[in-house]
Amino acid sequence: MSTATTHAAEHPAEHYPGGLMRWLTTTNHKDIGTMYLTFSLIMFFVGGLMILAVRAELFQPGLQLMRPEFFNQLIGVHALVMIFAALMPAATGFANWMLPLMIGAPDMALPRLNNWGFWLLPPAAILLTLPFTLALFGIGDGALATGWTFYAPLSVQGGMGVDFAILAVHILGISSIMGSINIIVTIFNMRAPGMTMMKLPLFAWGWLITAFLLIATLPVLAGAVTMLLTDRHFGTHFFDAAGGGDPILFQHLFWFFGHPEVYILLLPVWGLMPHVLSTFSRKPAYGYTAQVYSFIAIGLLSVVVWAHHFFTAGMPIPALVYFMFSTMAISIPLAVLFFCWIATMWKGAMTFETPMLFAVGFIVLFGIAGLTGLILADVAADAQYHHSYFVVAHFHYALFAGGIMGVMTGVYYWLPKWTGHMYSEKLGKLHFWLTVFSFNLTFIPQFFLGLAGMPRRIPDYALQFAEFNAISTLGAFVLGLSQLLFAWNIWCCVRGGPKVESRVWEGAEGLEWELSSPPPHHSWETQPTVK
Amino acid sequence: MEQVQPTSPSHNRLIGKLLLMVAGAFAFAFALVPLYNVLCEATGFNGKTAGPTVIRDGFGIGGLQTGSAPAPKVDLGRTVRVEFTGTVMPGLPWDMRPLTISLDIHPGELQQVSYLVRNTSDRPITGQAVPSVTPGQAAQHFDKIECFCFSQQTLAPGEAREMPLAFIVKPEVDRSISHITLSYAFFSIDGQRQTLTSSGEAR
Repeated sequence: MSTATTHAAEHPAEHYPGGLMRWLTTTNHKDIGTMYLTFSLIMFFVGGLMILAVRAELFQPGLQLMRPEFFNQLIGVHALVMIFAALMPAATGFANWMLPLMIGAPDMALPRLNNWGFWLLPPAAILLTLPFTLALFGIGDGALATGWTFYAPLSVQGGMGVDFAILAVHILGISSIMGSINIIVTIFNMRAPGMTMMKLPLFAWGWLITAFLLIATLPVLAGAVTMLLTDRHFGTHFFDAAGGGDPILFQHLFWFFGHPEVYILLLPVWGLMPHVLSTFSRKPAYGYTAQVYSFIAIGLLSVVVWAHHFFTAGMPIPALVYFMFSTMAISIPLAVLFFCWIATMWKGAMTFETPMLFAVGFIVLFGIAGLTGLILADVAADAQYHHSYFVVAHFHYALFAGGIMGVMTGVYYWLPKWTGHMYSEKLGKLHFWLTVFSFNLTFIPQFFLGLAGMPRRIPDYALQFAEFNAISTLGAFVLGLSQLLFAWNIWCCVRGGPKVESRVWEGAEGLEWELSSPPPHHSWETQPTVK
Repeated sequence: MEQVQPTSPSHNRLIGKLLLMVAGAFAFAFALVPLYNVLCEATGFNGKTAGPTVIRDGFGIGGLQTGSAPAPKVDLGRTVRVEFTGTVMPGLPWDMRPLTISLDIHPGELQQVSYLVRNTSDRPITGQAVPSVTPGQAAQHFDKIECFCFSQQTLAPGEAREMPLAFIVKPEVDRSISHITLSYAFFSIDGQRQTLTSSGEAR
C-alpha cells in the first residue's frame, strides 16, 4: 500500500482524471475527505427530513399525516441515517482531511482502502432507504420499523425492511472498520520525525481511541445482526424463545456495541475541541496529558457499562448496582475534559468567531447531556424515565449538541483551510444563534414531556401533552430550516470568497497551519520535523 | 523525495494485527451466546432455570446442581408463596391454565401441581413449554424434578391433558424472597426446523 503512496507522490500535483472519474478513483486523502463530508451533509438533510415528518405528525394529538407503521419506519431509519451516514462519515471526513496535515504525513497510509471505504457508503445508504421507495410501488411493507435498535423478537418478525437494514449495517460496518484500520496505521506509522505519541495533536488522539473502539465493537454488532439474519431466514433460534433462544441476549449484544458507539461519535469531537478553544483563547490547550488519559479511560469504561440501556428489562440487583456505578464512573474522566476545556479558556484573550461560538455552545449544551445522563444512570430514577421523551431529549443533547454541533465547530474552523476562502462570519453567527435557540426550543419541552410520562416512539399522545409537542415541532422546523444557512454558507465558501493565509486564525498552532490554504495536492512532500 | 517513507512491511504487520482484532471481536459476539447461557443458568439472571435436576446429575455449574445430594432439609421456619401462570404463544391453538393458582410452601418440600392444557383445533399439534422464574434470583433455587417442559407435548385434536410438575424450592433461597412466580410460555413446534433440544442446551 505504501508503494501506492510513493507512486502518487512522485507525480506532479494536477495529474489525475477529471470529472466523475476523479472522484471514483481518487486515492487522495483530501478528495476522499471532501467526499465523506459531502455525503455526510447530504445524509444529514435526508435524516432531518425524516424526523421533520415525524415532528409534523406529532404537532397535534391524533393521527393526521401518516399511519403508525410509517411513523415507526421514519424514527428508526432517521436514527440509523444520522448515526451511521451523517455523524460517523463526518468524523471520518475530518480524519481524512486533517490527520495527514496535522501529523506531517504525505497522505493516509492505505489510500486505496480509503477510496473503497468511502464508496461502500452510498450503496449502504441506498439499501437503508430503498424500502421506502419500494413500498411506494407496492413491493414490501416499507423500511425497518423496529427503531434503530433492532430489538428481537420484533425484528425477527418484521418485514423485509429489516433485511435491508441488516445488510446496510453490515456494509457500513465494513466501511467503518476499514476507515479505522487506515487511521490507526496512519497515526502509528506515518507521523513526522520527532512527533512522539505524547506530542500527537489531541484530535488524532481522540480519533485513535475511536478507531480502536470501532474495531472492538462494530464486529459484535455485525455478529448480532448476522444472528438476527439467520434467525429470520435460516432456522436458528438465537433470539427466539420458542427455540430456546433469548431476546434479552440481543439487547446485551446490541448495547455492547451501542454504548461505545456513543463515544465513537463523540471522541473525535472531544479531540477537536481543545484545538478550537486554544486557538480562540490564544493559549495552549490546558492539561494535554490529562485529556489523553481521559480519552483512554472513557474508551476503556465505555465497553463495560452497556446494560444501563435496559435496566428495566429485568436484572438482579447486584447487576443493576454494578452497571449504575460503572456508568456514573464515566462522568469522572468526562468532568476532567470539561475542566480542561474551561481552563483552556480561562483568562485567555478570547474572541468569538463562529467556530468558537459553536465550541462554547457545545460545552454548555453537552454539559446538559451529561447531567441528564447521570439521572438516567440512576437505576431508581431510570425506572420512571426509561423509554420516555426524557431519554429522547437527553441523547439529542449528547448527539446533536455534542456530536453535530461539534462537527459544525470543526467545519467552520477548518473550512477556510480546506477551500482557501473565508466563509461569511455574518451567516455563520446567524446559523449558530438560530441553531442553539431552536435546538433548545425543540428539546427542552421534550424533557418536560418525558417527566410527565410521554412514551417514545408512539405516533399519538394524550391531550395534556399537546402544548409542549406543538412547541417542540415548531422548534424542530426552525432548526431544520436554519441548517440550510449552513449548507449555503459552505457552498458560497467553496465557490469563492476572501482569500485566507496559511495560518487562517491568529492563534492557531500546529503543523496543519503551516501548509498553504488550500493545502497542496500532496500534503507534505517533505516531512516536517517536530522538535 | 527525500522523505523517509515508512516501509510496507511495517504497515502490513500492523494491518494484520488489527484484522486479527476484528476477527476476534466478531468471534466474541458468537462466544457471548453460550457464555450468556452459562452465566444465566449459574446465576439465575433473567429467570432462566436449569433443566431437570436429577438427569443432569454430576454436571454442575458453579455449585448449582444438587442432584446427587440427599434430599434437602425442609425449612419449616418460613413460607414462600409460589404462583403459577402460563401463556400460549400466537400460532398455537391451545388453552392452558394452572390447576393450582398459588401454593404456600416451606422451602425444601417436594410439591406437585399440574396445568390443564387443551388442544382447541381439529388437528394434532406438538408444543414446547419454556419456563421462566421471577424474581430471577430465585431461579437457581427452583428445582424442577418432573416437568412437562422437559419434553415436547403432542395433543390430539380436542384432547385435554393434565400436565404434571414436581418441584422443590431449595432452602438456600434468599430470605428476602417471599413470592416466586413460575411462568410457562407454550410454543408451537410444528413447522420449525429445529426443536428446543437440538438448538443447543435444553432448558
